[in-house]
Parts: sequence; structure tokens; C-alpha cells
Amino acid sequence: MTLNRRTFLGTGVAAAAALQAPVVLGAGKPRVVVVGGGAGGATAARYIAKGAAGAIDVTLVEPTRSYYTCFFSNLYIGGFRELSSIAHSYGKLASEYGINVVHDWAVGIDRDARTVSLAGGGVLPYDRLILSPGIDFVDGAVEGWDVSAQNKMPHAYKAGSQSELLKAQIEAMPEGGTFAMVAPPNPYRCPPGPYERVSMVAHVLKQKNPTAKIIVADPKPKFSKMALFQEGWNTHYSGMVDWIGPDFGGGDVSVDPEAMTVTIDGEETKVDVCNVIPAMKAGRICEIAGINEGNWAPVIGHTMQSRMDENIHVLGDATNQGDMPKSGFSANSQAKVAAMAVRAALTDSKMFPAKFSNTCWSLIATDDGVKVGATYEATDEKIAKVDGFISATGESAELRQATYEESIGWYAGITSDMFG
Amino acid sequence: MRWLGGAILAGAALTGAARADETARDIGDAARGEGLFQVCASCHQVGEGAEHGTGPHLNGIFDRKVAQFEDFDYSPGILRARRDGMVWDLEHLDAYLTNPKTLVSGTNMEFAGLPDAQDRGDILAYLRRFSASPQNIPEAAPTALKQDVELAPEVLAMVGDPEYGEYLSTECTTCHQTDGEYDGIPVITGWLAEDFVLAMHAYKQKIRPHPVMQMMAGRLSDEEIAALAAYFEALE
Repeated sequence: MTLNRRTFLGTGVAAAAALQAPVVLGAGKPRVVVVGGGAGGATAARYIAKGAAGAIDVTLVEPTRSYYTCFFSNLYIGGFRELSSIAHSYGKLASEYGINVVHDWAVGIDRDARTVSLAGGGVLPYDRLILSPGIDFVDGAVEGWDVSAQNKMPHAYKAGSQSELLKAQIEAMPEGGTFAMVAPPNPYRCPPGPYERVSMVAHVLKQKNPTAKIIVADPKPKFSKMALFQEGWNTHYSGMVDWIGPDFGGGDVSVDPEAMTVTIDGEETKVDVCNVIPAMKAGRICEIAGINEGNWAPVIGHTMQSRMDENIHVLGDATNQGDMPKSGFSANSQAKVAAMAVRAALTDSKMFPAKFSNTCWSLIATDDGVKVGATYEATDEKIAKVDGFISATGESAELRQATYEESIGWYAGITSDMFG
Repeated sequence: MRWLGGAILAGAALTGAARADETARDIGDAARGEGLFQVCASCHQVGEGAEHGTGPHLNGIFDRKVAQFEDFDYSPGILRARRDGMVWDLEHLDAYLTNPKTLVSGTNMEFAGLPDAQDRGDILAYLRRFSASPQNIPEAAPTALKQDVELAPEVLAMVGDPEYGEYLSTECTTCHQTDGEYDGIPVITGWLAEDFVLAMHAYKQKIRPHPVMQMMAGRLSDEEIAALAAYFEALE
């Protein structure tokens, strides 16, 4: 750790800082910049600011003023939540935690100078940088689709207007129409997400358009909670969902957004809605920072530091860390480890062994919730799974309802953990 | 010596699954248990013609799922245990009698608990007479009463590091809200330290049901449970 490199900041408040607890290491008030205000970034910013109690300057860079959580956006599509119920603002992070919230895009990172440049022209110096940018899509991943087609064939894999669009398209489907999903290859954000979405679409169609069909073209032979989803689709939406795995050409897909056709294994189908969820990669800023290996940013599990740059921590979906799924829960869990590591590096606070956990709840139908989860620890090689569990097929309706209710409690818990 | 008290109760409560391979023996002296049951009788009836009172009647309770009477108004805590699949086998009955709140937070059963394993065994031996086919309940595990486990008191008497507890607690607050809201997930504030320690050990030992909590507590060391208790106790 080269703390003396920070002397160029020369803010001259070392004496003042020394009077505060926790005690700052080195000269000047350390600066942490967090890029991305989702489950990873908002949590990290809040925990650093909360723990440091004014000893660290925390700036959070997030382009949107109203953040829509990806988790529970499927429940909005299914009619179980209002869109406004998954929207969050950064007001408390600013007012209660003293975080400097900057609504702008981070467009450049100078790792030698340790600065982040913003689309609006600002430059933010940092001692530690936390990147939690989420995902972007791999160009050319689905033949015929690029981001310019997202209004015709939405991905709805970043929540907000895309979720609204997809919901509106589903509700406008003609009687007996066809909804198609192009499912992504591994690894991708929220492993059960596409299949929870299929369940939610089926739930809407069963009520409004019961003769409609759902086609899922999938390049993966198996997917998260597969037995649970398939059981649920049979129970609640018998005959509606046609899942086409790679054995039947589900991995050989092209789309034509103008003609609204999907071609699976050479067979063209006219569809009414096409939800294209392309292959994913780390949010672009990781590429710009030059900390990717392939499509993702490798990190050290003990601290969530980039393996390319010890002054940068990377969180959540953008990382290549080992066994944890890309989920909001994981990002939130990783953020707490990173916050601890950053505070320990910049102040005299203690460092503890990294612990991680994840649980993903999915809703299959009204009051039919399932979950999968695991705990993890850091090894020198990766974040490694310790123990886990998954809901069983054939569980009682009462347990499934309790699982769904638990997920509502979790949503309230994690969003107050992120946004205060 | 609040902590030591907790340690003794934990020793009594946690003699469960880990001891399942112990030699079976009678659960207790039913005649003595009949006398001891008078403490319970102000709320619970048992035997021919028993009806619900403040608490439900106890006929046929052995190996029945919890909260099965439609005509009884159960607490949310007990209903949660039912959803989690808890069964009144001997192990759970014994844990419940040791300290009801340790097994089921939020239970309406206003009873401090019986620290003495023999007292509990005797009461349970008496209650077993009123289960439909007590002879069908195997004498081997899990119905055999386990001997008291020898716990190292210093382990459970340890004073946790609240700073470590604060870090560990960040795993709890992903799901549990600290503002006291109950939204399908129980609150995590307002626990007495010893109740908290006992409950976490009960999850760790898989006596309390619920897969997430069994997993989360399962990897916590004794020091870590003490640290969490120290932190939550100090939390306003």
C-alpha cells in the first residue's frame, strides 16, 4: 500500500482529521469514489460513510436520480408490484450519511493519477475507487439484435423504462399471440431472472390472454431452479410455456426486430413480443479502466480489490470472483466486505475475515415463492461456496406462501440497507 | 452472571441431534411428571375430554406438526415454525420446555422454562401417555432423551467483540430490518443477549427450523455468535 502517494492531495486538514475517530492513516482526508448506485455501490458508499463517521470523503457517481431495482422488476411485469415501489432515490445517502451524490456518467479513469472523469466535465480524485457498474451487453451476441433495437425487442434487464415497455407490449398482445424470450448464456445477471420472468408473463397471460403462447430459446441445457420452475409452469400454466434448450436448437437463434420474427434452429416464427436478453459483460467503465480479463473484472475475494489495481475494488455483476451468482444480494454482500477493507486501508478500523452470502427468491405464481441460497468465504483463489440450500419440489402451499412473504421482507431489508 | 445462565440453558437445550446416537433410555418418570404438570395445567389440558384453554390441549402432541388445531388462535411465531415444518418430536418439545422463546421467538407461551433436564423428561414422559400410540414412538433417537452435553462454560460465557459483531451483523441486515419492521422476516432488534445466543445456537444445531437461518448460523463460531450478541445488545 503506497499511502504516501496521497500526499499530492495536500488538503492540509491532517490535524483536524487526527482529532476525529476513527483515525485516518496518512496525511489528508482520504477520498473514496464509488461508481454505480445499485446494490453494490449504494451499499458500499453507505457502509463506508457510516463506519468512517466523517473521516472519509465519499462520492457516489450514479447517472439516474431515481434508481429502479432489477430485483422485483419481474414482479412489476407480473402485476404484483407498482413500478413506483421499486424506485429509490439517493436523498438519505446525501442527507443522513453525508455522501456526495453526483448524478453523472463516469467516462474515464486515470489509474496513475487516480482520477475519475465525468461526462459533465468534472474530475474526481480518489484514494480508493469502487466500481459497481453492473452489466452491459456483448455486441453481436444475438444475430439481428443490437441496443438500437431495444424499443422493438426490449431486454428489460436494466429496470425502469425497459420494464415498462415490456409490460405494455405483453398486455397489448393479440388474443392467442406469441411471446418469445431469447435467454442468455452463462454467466449473466440474476440466474433465475429469465425464468421468473417467464412465470410472471405466464401469470399475466393466463388472466388476460389464456390462449397465448410463450417460447423460450435457451442456449443452456439447464438453468437455476429448473426443476422448481418447470414444476410450477406445469402446475400453474399447463401447456403455455415451450422451453427450447440447446438440444432442440435453442442456442441457434437470430431475430429480425423490423419483421418481429425469431428464427430458432432455422425455423422462423412470427411473434408479438420478443424479449431479447443478450450475453453480458461487465459494465463498460471496467473495460475503460483496463481491469477486465475477458468480459469481467477479476477480484481478490478477501477485499474485493481488482487483481489489476490494488486501489480499485469491483463489486457485483461486473466481477469475476468465483462461486457467487451475479445478484443484487451478492453485490450487497460483497459491498460490505469492500467497505470494511477500504475503511481498514484508509483509517485505523479493523479488518475481519470476508464472509459472503446470497439468497435469491423467485415468484412462480401468486403466493408460490421459491428460493436458493448459499454462504461463501474468500480463499486466495476465489470466493468459494461453503454451504447452500434450495427449495424442494412438492412443498406445501403454506411454505411457498411464507417464502414469498419472506421475499417481500427481504426487499424491504435490502433496499433500506442500500439507501438508508 | 447473565452469560453463565445462558450457558447452562444452552447446555440443556442443545442436547439434541448431536446426541442422537446415544443409548436410548426412558424419557423420565411419568408419575413425577404428573405432579410437575400442575404448573402447565393452568393453561393446558390433557387427557380425556381435554379442551383448549389459554393454550391448546396436549393430547396426541408427540410427533405432530406444530399448530395443527384450526380452532385455536396461534401466535405468529408458532405459525412461522409451522410453515418452517417444525414437528413436536421429543427433541423440539424438550427444547421448547427448556425455554419457549429460544425455540420460537414471538410465542405466546408465557413460561420461563425448565432448566432441569429431569423435570422436563418427567413431564414429557407423562404427556406421552396421551399421545395416540405412544408405543409406536421408537425409543431410539429421536425420542430418547439425550444426556446433558458437556459444554465448556467459558465458550458460552465469552464476551463478544462488538466491533466484530457490527461487521458480522451486516450479513443480517440484508434481510432483517433494523427499524423494527416485520415484513415477512422477523425483526432483529430488541433481543436480550442470552436469548439471541440461544436462538443462534439452536439454528446452528438445526433445532430451530428454517434453511436460511440454519445455513447462516451454521457457519458462525461461538466467538462470532457472542460478538453478534454483544453488538445487538448495545444497539439502541
